[in-house]
This record gives sequence, C-alpha cells and structure tokens, in this order.
Amino acid sequence: MSLGRLFRSPEAVAGFAILGLLVAIALLAPVLFPGDPLAIAGQPLTRPFQDWTLPLGTDRLGRDVLAGLFHGARTSLAVGLAAAAASILVGSVVGTVAGFAGGLVDEVLMRITDAFQTVPGFLLSLALVSVVGPSLGVVVAAIALSAWTGPARIARAEVLSIRERDYVASARVIGMHPVEIAFREVLPNALPPVLALSSVIVAAAILTEAALSFLGLGDPNRVTWGGMIAEGRAVLRSAPYLSVIPGIALVLAVLGVYLAGEGVVEGTAAREGQA
Amino acid sequence: MTRAWRLLKRRLVGSIPVLLIVVVGSFLLLEAAPGDAVDAYVVSVGGDAGMIEALRQNWGLDASPMTRLAAYLWALLHLDLGHSVAFSRPVLDVVLERLPNTLLLMGAATALSFALGTALGILAGARPGSARDRLLSIGSLALYAVPGFWLALVLTIVFSVELRWLPLSGMETIASGKTGIARALDIAWHMVLPVTSLGLIYLALYLRMMRAGMAEVWRMDFTLAARARGIPRRRIVLGHVARNALLPLVTMLGLQSAQMLGGSVVIESVFSVPGLGRLAQEAVGSRDTPLLIGIILVSAVLVIVINLLVDIAYAALDPRVDASEANA
Repeated sequence: MSLGRLFRSPEAVAGFAILGLLVAIALLAPVLFPGDPLAIAGQPLTRPFQDWTLPLGTDRLGRDVLAGLFHGARTSLAVGLAAAAASILVGSVVGTVAGFAGGLVDEVLMRITDAFQTVPGFLLSLALVSVVGPSLGVVVAAIALSAWTGPARIARAEVLSIRERDYVASARVIGMHPVEIAFREVLPNALPPVLALSSVIVAAAILTEAALSFLGLGDPNRVTWGGMIAEGRAVLRSAPYLSVIPGIALVLAVLGVYLAGEGVVEGTAAREGQA
Repeated sequence: MTRAWRLLKRRLVGSIPVLLIVVVGSFLLLEAAPGDAVDAYVVSVGGDAGMIEALRQNWGLDASPMTRLAAYLWALLHLDLGHSVAFSRPVLDVVLERLPNTLLLMGAATALSFALGTALGILAGARPGSARDRLLSIGSLALYAVPGFWLALVLTIVFSVELRWLPLSGMETIASGKTGIARALDIAWHMVLPVTSLGLIYLALYLRMMRAGMAEVWRMDFTLAARARGIPRRRIVLGHVARNALLPLVTMLGLQSAQMLGGSVVIESVFSVPGLGRLAQEAVGSRDTPLLIGIILVSAVLVIVINLLVDIAYAALDPRVDASEANA
C-alpha cells in the first residue's frame, strides 16, 4: 500500500501524526526525563506555565506532570498494543479451531465465547486484577480476557467459508495433518478481517487500562494516565488541571489510534476498488 | 403471542449452558485468589488461630474446591448467592438493594444515547459525504475516544464546582426528608451528570451505526424509485431511509447492555451512586469474594434478560425474524 493512499484523507493524516507523536513521546521519555517520574521534582501544586523547568506544573506531592505524561504514554501504548496482540492471537486461534473442527468442539468453544460476552468485560478485568494483584502483565491479561471474543467470532466466520475452498481440499488430498492445514493454510487467510479490527481493540484496551488505573488497579510502580487523573481528583476544586491534562492526552491517543485505523481501512478499500 | 413464546423458550434453554460456564469461570477465577474471606474478615475485625479455624469451617472454606463448587451450584439453585463478608448480609440482598439504582442509571443513559445518537445519525446520514456528515462523524469519533470517568470529572468541574448548577455526587440529598414527587425530582436532579456522562460515551456508537445503515439504504433501488417519483427529500430521509436503517440499532441495545454495565462501574464510583458498579469496587477493595461472584452472576443474568427482551421486541418489529427462527 503506497503512502499516498494511506494519507488520502485529512483525518488519516491527523491520526498518523498523533500516533507518531505518541510513539516518539513514549520512546523519548527515558531520554528527556531520565529520573523516576514518581520522584518529587519541585514545589507541590505548581500551576502549569509558571516554572519553565516544570512546564505543566506538579501534582499534590510535587511530581512533574510533564514527566508523568511522557512516562504514562509508555504504559498506555505498551498495554494497549500488548493487550490487543494477545486478544487477537487468542481470538483467532479459538475462532480457527472452532470453525475448522466444527461439531462439539465448535459448540463448546462458542458457548464459552457467549459466556465471556455475557459478563460485562470491565467487571471481568476488575475481578482478575483484584484477584491476582495489579502488575503490568496482569493488566494486559485482564484486558485481553475481555477483548478476545470479537476476534474469535470474526475468525470463525472467515474460517467457515475458507475451509470449503479448493486449496484446503487439496491440502487434505496431499495428506497434510488437519492441525497443519488449520494453522498454516486457513488461519493466515482468515486474519485480514480480524486485523481490520485491531485499531478498535487497541483503543478499547487503552481506555480499559486507564479505567483500571483510575480505580487504583494499575501497576503501582508505573505512571499511568488513569492513575494521574485519579490522583488529581483529590484536589479537583483547587487544581483541576491535574485531572484535565492527562485526560486530554488519553483522548488524543485514542482518537489517533481510531483515525489511523480508519485511514488504513479506507486505504485498503481504495486499493481493492482500483484493482 | 406463540411466536414470542417460542423465541423465549429457545433463548432460555440456550442461556443455561452459558450461565453455567459463567458460574464455573468466576468460581475458578476467585479460587485462584490469595487469601480468602476469612483472611479479609480477620484483617478488619481481628481474631486468633482458633477463631480463624472455626470461621473457615463455619463458612465451608476448608472443603475441597470441587465440593465447594458443587455446594455453590446447589445453593445457587435455591437463589442463595452466599454471605457477604464486608456487609455481614446475604449477597443477594446487598446486590438487589443496589440493582435499582444501576438500572435507573443504565435505563436513562441508554434512552439518552439511543435517542440523541439516532437523531444525530439521521442528520449525518441524510446527506452522506456532506460537510455536516463529516463534522458529525469526526465529532462522534472524538466522543468515542473520551474515557467515561474523565468526562464525568470534567462535567463535575464545569457544572458542580465552577457553575454550581448541579450536585457534586450522591443519589439524593441526604436526610432531606423529601417524599413522593419532590424526592423523585431530587433524585432526577442528582442523576443528570451521571446519566449524561454514561450516555454521551455510547451515543457515538448509535450515531455511527445509524449513519452507516442509512448510507447503505441510500444505495438501494427503492430509494432511487422514491426519488424518481419526486417524493420530497425530507420524506424519503425519514420515511424510507431512516426507517429501514433503524432496526439493526435495536439489536445493538441488547449487545450494548454488558458494556454499559461495565462502564457504570467507573461512573458510579465518580459520582458515589450506590449502584452495582460501585458495589463491585467495594467488593474488590474488601476482598469480598462471594459478593464479587454474586455481582458478576447477577450482571450476567441481567445481560441475558435484557437481550431476551430486545430479541422479543425485534421479533415484534420485524416479521421476517419468525421465518428464520422457525427454521433454525
């Protein structure tokens, strides 16, 4: 896909710009703010744009807001990408097995999928984190636990149509093992529509991570935007900027992911339209 | 009526294995928890080793996991969801006490997001590709990107802290002594911000679905025929295009209910609404295992019931459903 097609709409350009900025911020965080972002950096509750060594001010404990923002971008992005990758991986494997095996296996796997979709995803994440204890890996697992059902359903639907194709039949004829057919022939071809969903999954994962951190269930050793917003809540009346600033970062990050995702989907559709 | 009854029966039977998986799943999850209800109880109340042993036996926590699961299932059949440690009361009582508040919040937020989202979706879909359409689409995407709890905080800053128009938190004025209509109005007044926060987040979904549905209907032959017959555009938009695009949104109402229940956890916690979501947070905080299982279970039942009602409504609205259901 050429870049020109990817950037055909101003929305897509904006999306990729935001996403690029976010990645840059995440990568540069340890370079620009090498110290611990949870350490005290100055006078508590310094307002933004007052002290140019602390451009966005400090929180209740005197921690640098801008440093928190930079390091928080790392957490948001890492959790969002890891959780999305995990749920797409689990979802496409479950969907492929269900669709390819059919029968009882399909029935059981789909009822399990139903069950996961019946329980509110956020309650499920909340329960897992509270049971196992908050750490980055657990948060990723908790988000993936509630997000894999969408990819599973789409993968299954794709596999159901793919498994009737001629190349699958010929793979059977040459004596390929069914497991090998499922994962080397069918799964890769079922992936595109699942991947088209990835921007939505990443965005939802970032929002879920923020909500968990907001409730105090994020990794306590890391700065998170959700945690910063919760921290600012205590001084909502006197220093609303502490809750507002990380929230704006969150909105921009999620919006960037959405817009870039739509740009990719539109670009792909345009290419297929021309072919 | 037989049609709805047949549908109801099919769905009810279908939901039994799903519910069973939910029960076993949440039981396994909470089995994995370090520490149990007795630990939590002793931490908050205190006690010696002998008392801990007695408590474990008393609450049946010393049996094997399989026995406990079987006992739990058996109890569930008798609508016994166990005993909440934090509240020292049966779980079902605590949950049912909080349920109406959450239902009120969810119902009002759903109505808001559905009505406003559909209306804006019609505005956007009336002329696909127009400037208004693009603006609404981007606006809805931006709204979709806003975390609910943050929107709630920003609305609080603006309307409660700065303007002082609306109450900061709570379900009603404490010890106001209000009854009847005055109390209802007081509750409604307190629910404005929570409902708006929760509703606005999900508005975007209905807007985008309505708009996409309308764009599809515009391409169909009957709209072309309607235009060829010279029917005014306004009538085509409302009577033909919007009308046909509306039906899939009804299904979304049911699918959305699980997500909204999850979303109400943070909203209820921001506004201190004593509902199911806040109860879940309290249960997490006090390691109240039976309570958390109870909430998850009641939510699952609630989601199933809502989807059932939506399916019945859908069958009533769309006669084509009958044929496919009867053949399936």
